[in-house]
Amino acid sequence: MTKVKMTVNGKAVSREVSDETLLSEFLRENLRLTGTHIGCDTSQCGACVVHVNGKAVKSCTTLAAATDGADVTTIEGLANGGLHPMQEAFNEHHGLQCGFCTPGMIMTGVDMVNRYKAEGRELTQEAIRHELEGNICRCTGYHNIVKAVEDAASKM
Amino acid sequence: MYPTKYLKAASIDEAVKALGASDEAKVLAGGQTLLPTMKQHLAAPSDLVDIRAIDGMVGVSVDGNTLTIGAATTHAEVASSADVQKHSPALACLAAGIGDPAVRNAGTIGGSVANNDPAADYPAALLALGATVVTSKREIAADDFFDGLFATVLDEDEIITAVKFPKVEAAGYSKFPQPASLYALVGVFVAKTADGVRVTVTGAGEDGVFRSEALEAALAADFSEASAKGADVPAEGLMSDIHGAAGYRANLIRVMAARAVTSAA
Repeated sequence: MTKVKMTVNGKAVSREVSDETLLSEFLRENLRLTGTHIGCDTSQCGACVVHVNGKAVKSCTTLAAATDGADVTTIEGLANGGLHPMQEAFNEHHGLQCGFCTPGMIMTGVDMVNRYKAEGRELTQEAIRHELEGNICRCTGYHNIVKAVEDAASKM
Repeated sequence: MYPTKYLKAASIDEAVKALGASDEAKVLAGGQTLLPTMKQHLAAPSDLVDIRAIDGMVGVSVDGNTLTIGAATTHAEVASSADVQKHSPALACLAAGIGDPAVRNAGTIGGSVANNDPAADYPAALLALGATVVTSKREIAADDFFDGLFATVLDEDEIITAVKFPKVEAAGYSKFPQPASLYALVGVFVAKTADGVRVTVTGAGEDGVFRSEALEAALAADFSEASAKGADVPAEGLMSDIHGAAGYRANLIRVMAARAVTSAA
């Protein structure tokens, strides 16, 4: 067992967990932040994407113990008063149907927009599709997700 | 996952000692292969020795013609490094195409090289560029480092600390990713070095990454797209699986080699 301390959505948290606890399990089971989803067991679907120290990672492929001291943002921490522009854009453009992949899509979307803006690169539709390679959606066919990310990028 | 013990090593000495203290300890460098393998119960290390917090493990530096990349530098850091882009643009391009963005934010060069997955990208770059693997014990030329599927010459308690790349005249990398796993179905790295043209192939060899004699001869004679396309690449020794037969991979090797030549800079 290891005592893990981190900041999640701006709040300091601390829990005693077994060493093999994944960050996704830590968030869902220890902190009851169930917005982070587990869609596969093979680290491929991206439903579990959260931000660790400002970077998008798969929380199902990260040990909670290795995240000790980190600053973590989950889908629950994105809205600040009103919805985040990425969340509004998914709503506006019907970027979801069942909604299972949506938390991961939105966290990945926010990460790519931040990264492209920081690097001064243009986030084209083609780039968005390429950047979404690690996020699987079985409902939408991706078109409306791409539209939502593109729209949010213009508002962020 | 089966129970394990986690250690965030503060120094190479501490990490080496922890690895030596157990037969079943493993290095955790990024975890993008190791953790999924553990989730599938295909690996059950007694201890995980995290090397990412060790001083000097992360970062890129250039000294003269030598580019040095710390073992725990992530694929995203390599891809976006101005030093890598300037010294070895093909390497930056390769790193930018590994897995997906979240994987690139966590996976590391040292982890990829130590794992030597037969479809991983980095082994092809190290072998083509004539890189040197720096470990806690010694320096190993890439030519001597890779030792078949998922195998290297590393000792059980030996840790990669960095990879050094010499500057080459020109290099290019092209891969055809398997669309579900994003690993290379075939990836080809071409490099014009001081010792001649070197061409390496990942994703296709039954024994993992290898140099293609046929393509090296063809490109040494004429470093062109047409020359790569016309090379007589044998199907012997290539993998056949549900994703592609050996003959299909042999053809893809020619096509990827031609694209790598076109992109070479």
